[in-house]
Amino acid sequence: MIEVENIHKSFGDAHVLKGISTVFEDGKTNLVIGQSGSGKTVFLKCLLGLFEPDEGQICYNGQFYSELSTSERRDLRQEMGMVFQGSALFDSMTVEGNVMFPLDMFTNQTKAEMQDRVDFVLERVNLIDAHKKYPSEISGGMQKRVAIARAIVMNPKYLFCDEPNSGLDPKTAILIDNLIQEITKEYNITTIINTHDMNSVMEIGEKIIFLKDGFKEWEGTNKEIFKTDNEAVTNFVYSSELFKKVRQMYIEERN
Amino acid sequence: MRSLILKEIDELIYGSMGIIIFIAFFIGGVVTIQTALNLNNPFLPKSLIGFATRQSVILEFAPTFTSIIMAGKVGSYITSSIGTMRVTEQIDALEVMGVNSLNYLVFPKIIAMFMYPFAVAIAMFVGVLGGWIAAVFGGYAPSGEFIKGLQMEFESFHVTYAFIKTLIFAFVIATVPSFHGFFMKGGALEVGKASTTAFVWTSVVIIILNYILTQLILG
Repeated sequence: MIEVENIHKSFGDAHVLKGISTVFEDGKTNLVIGQSGSGKTVFLKCLLGLFEPDEGQICYNGQFYSELSTSERRDLRQEMGMVFQGSALFDSMTVEGNVMFPLDMFTNQTKAEMQDRVDFVLERVNLIDAHKKYPSEISGGMQKRVAIARAIVMNPKYLFCDEPNSGLDPKTAILIDNLIQEITKEYNITTIINTHDMNSVMEIGEKIIFLKDGFKEWEGTNKEIFKTDNEAVTNFVYSSELFKKVRQMYIEERN
Repeated sequence: MRSLILKEIDELIYGSMGIIIFIAFFIGGVVTIQTALNLNNPFLPKSLIGFATRQSVILEFAPTFTSIIMAGKVGSYITSSIGTMRVTEQIDALEVMGVNSLNYLVFPKIIAMFMYPFAVAIAMFVGVLGGWIAAVFGGYAPSGEFIKGLQMEFESFHVTYAFIKTLIFAFVIATVPSFHGFFMKGGALEVGKASTTAFVWTSVVIIILNYILTQLILG
């Protein structure tokens, strides 16, 4: 569980996060949505410990990040998995090398044990024949799956995903969403996803936080988001023509 | 870490040997020809051609000229590889995993560059060999005279001086481009700009250090 208490973050004069508080529970897919520039990425980087909040606290299963020593922070980082927007796979390593990297760095496992674990997670993300390929030789969807495999190979307690569907076709995007949700349930991970994708909101948004101009504007579930009266949320959710039509049909049907 | 260091030695040093040997050979030859063409006084012995070639190659061309070439070849490789990792969030990925990215990416390069004096030693040998071939086969000096010049008033400390310079230049070649790559901001275009800036600054630092070290050690 991650508890966020009133965090603020500024860069020079730009006050990006303005007092965000929330709780992310274990075994749930938590989505952070909002327009570009609303502070989603900065919020995620604060949760990852890449940015230190100017004010407020972030608590990971009872441990306040600001009170941890450098080595404790490093240990905590090893409990985190991250899927970056562009996958951030190491170009110089094969798929297998990328997934094995955290094991090689932080465990004392033998080569055979590491290989078994890599085979297991790659199979889990439905990648069987790509072990020896380089990231440049596989598709965007496969790269995302490798990134997920790398993120879960150390059995993390927390999984962070920054726009995992960007650049993917709708079908592959749904596959990735479902994979993340399955993994979240299977390993009881606290998963936090930054997204713009309304399909993801509908499919896997067990808890959704809507950020606007650095504030937490709204919080709820995927069931509640389509019924909310919050104008900012409604404008965001129904910004695409498709969703406007769906909403129109819904209202007509209800009347 | 050991495998990373070996990989960097392979890429930074072994991978540069071709260009180092090529340049050293021809620079040695050109120095010999230039010296020979300017020594047209019949009272000056031909052995001076060998002497001048040895001094030029050992004191300046092998350590300094080669380092400028390495600042271009290895420096731009270091900046662009680390800069691309920055742009594509690979460095963030390392940080999130709990890896000290600066240590992971830069330290092996610094250690690998400590092998650079071996490359410069080869450059010294090949440079002198190029000079000998140019002298003998170009008809500027007989082999015996050239070799006599090579051995004339040899001071072993000059080689030590060259290697001290080389080690310091090696550190500069590893760190200045790493700095420009690691702390760069922007996208692919900025990676190219950072590589160019890194080359310029590495060259400037090498040239200035060359002057200071020469004054301190030989002055």
